[in-house]
Amino acid sequence: MSTIKELYAYRQMIFSLVKKDLRGRYKGSVLGFLWTFINPLFQLIVYTIVFSKILRNDIPRYYLYLFVALIPWIFFSSSITVGAASIVAQKDLVKKIYFPRMVIPISYVTSCFVNMLLCFIVIFAVIIVTGAGINFLAILTLPVIMIVEYIFALGMAMIASAVTVYFRDLEHILGIVAMAWMYLTPVVYSKSIVPEKYLPLFNLNPMTHIIDCYRTVLYEKQIPDLSALLWAAGLGVFFLIFGAFVFNKLQRHFAEEL
Amino acid sequence: MAENDIAIEVRNVTKSFKVYLDKGAQLKERLLFRKRSRYEERKVLRGISFDVKRGEAIGLIGHNGCGKSTTLKLLTRIMYPDEGTIKLKGRVSSLIELGAGFHPDMSGRENIYTNAAIFGLTKKEIDARINEIVEFSELAEFIDNPVRTYSSGMYMRLAFSVAINVDADVLLIDEILAVGDANFQTKCFNKLKEIKAQGTTIVIVSHALGQIEQICDRAIWIHEGLIRAEGPPKEIDLEYLDYMSRKMQEKNKSEEDSSDSEPSEDEAGKRWGSGEVRIRKVRSFSADGSEQNVFRTGEDIRLTIDYTVKKPVKDAVFGFGVFDMNGVQCYGTNTRIDKQPDINISESGTAEILLRNVELLGGEYNIDIAIEQGEGIPIDYFRQAYRIQIISALGDVGVSRIEHTWNLKR
Repeated sequence: MSTIKELYAYRQMIFSLVKKDLRGRYKGSVLGFLWTFINPLFQLIVYTIVFSKILRNDIPRYYLYLFVALIPWIFFSSSITVGAASIVAQKDLVKKIYFPRMVIPISYVTSCFVNMLLCFIVIFAVIIVTGAGINFLAILTLPVIMIVEYIFALGMAMIASAVTVYFRDLEHILGIVAMAWMYLTPVVYSKSIVPEKYLPLFNLNPMTHIIDCYRTVLYEKQIPDLSALLWAAGLGVFFLIFGAFVFNKLQRHFAEEL
Repeated sequence: MAENDIAIEVRNVTKSFKVYLDKGAQLKERLLFRKRSRYEERKVLRGISFDVKRGEAIGLIGHNGCGKSTTLKLLTRIMYPDEGTIKLKGRVSSLIELGAGFHPDMSGRENIYTNAAIFGLTKKEIDARINEIVEFSELAEFIDNPVRTYSSGMYMRLAFSVAINVDADVLLIDEILAVGDANFQTKCFNKLKEIKAQGTTIVIVSHALGQIEQICDRAIWIHEGLIRAEGPPKEIDLEYLDYMSRKMQEKNKSEEDSSDSEPSEDEAGKRWGSGEVRIRKVRSFSADGSEQNVFRTGEDIRLTIDYTVKKPVKDAVFGFGVFDMNGVQCYGTNTRIDKQPDINISESGTAEILLRNVELLGGEYNIDIAIEQGEGIPIDYFRQAYRIQIISALGDVGVSRIEHTWNLKR
């Protein structure tokens, strides 16, 4: 409880770190902030070609089917892979002054989140331009889905960033984990093609439900299955609390380990 | 004393550091060279307890490595104690690593915002203080330039102005006022007094005992990880100085034999001359005759120079020079300048210089001793032959005190 109060007191620091991160991310590159959009667009093009032209599937508007899942996925995976190094990257601050250390992963995940929100502008543009249509009632649940994903990503980022301080290999290991995780989550394919016997395993993965919800809202234009959303929310909150607990334990020796 | 009058409560705090002999942070290294990750545990604090009342100022003193800086780091919560508890009430600001988090490409003004945010201020609170901060830093004309264009003095001034204007309830300071020029230092010092008068709790770690005596209500002497003494700064400082000069004497005694005749390695470049006469030992005494090398501004200092003769020398000249830590010569003279009769040295003995009312201000000073022949041919020129420490209890600044009286008539 006191942690939350303290984090609230340091909101200005979170805000200014997010701003610094967003402004500094593509500093010096010619296209600058446009990379925020170019990067996922190219991934989208590659996956679309591979999975709808070469491997072929019968999903109509596969590019949109993929797009609405890929953007949230990129948010999650960059939160944990790059977020893992966030404390180490700010070691000068951590070693020198006090502030609640959680500020660092929070602001990192938040800046990834803002990036995702910006990409959603493109998603909506694509939906409107292609005439895919929107269910406004369903859209209202979108913020809830986003918050659930944010909570889950934050919990994972806290664990990853704190453990990386003691064990630097984790940053690279997580790169591999994130790739495997993506293919174990129905991002490029549909959950319906997952063999029956593996389904319980897929259902344990909160990202399965989160990605599914995004897709239901934006692609199928339906109100998502609330039980799936609740389950994901429950897991998200669990990981956030667990992550905060681990983080608090580990942060005591940050200054000495860095 | 009411419970809520205590701003800082430290109870039985211990802290040790692992000193890794060879540390591997990668998986491969951890697995392959498990034996290499050996470390020595060095216990820096061995159980320290103290309270600081709200509005009180305390000074932590002790020699290097005694644990006083570690104590301060624990108070800032950069590190955590192994055992024991530390409780702090209210907002804490620290003047420890000034300017941490400054971004060179951002303007002074933007950096004020980021830096103050690190201290936990909200935008509204910073808005309310920005003018005060800029004014205090005396950087108004440069405030919208990027910080990388600042000189190091300007940089420190900006950082100090932010840290001191956050209106903390507890202010932690490590080695104060090494900031900027003498003018700005005085200003900072006055600001500290003002802050203290407003009821801020202050903890200072410093070697400048004079400053501690001026600001602090209480001094705590930490020695080898334990509190050795605490009480009014004047008393504790004296006790500490007494201990330090006794320790220095012991050290000198053990070095006595080695500093004989031939120049040793660490003297290379610091000592030259023909060597007919060698300076064997320099000592200093206070007015009451006790051997010490720590004095207060205005005290008499008696320097003695023991020398050994290898070959008798005619027309010898003794000289000395006093230098501050920046190498600035504060004073220098010799027996020729002072029109002393010629000295013929034929056997080993002791020369004595009585320095009266030494008005040097606080700090450490190196003393050069020279024995020359005739018109300046060095026999034994010994740079930094001796070091004294001067304690100044007043806040005046500069090299030396100039005796003065104010005459203010309305």
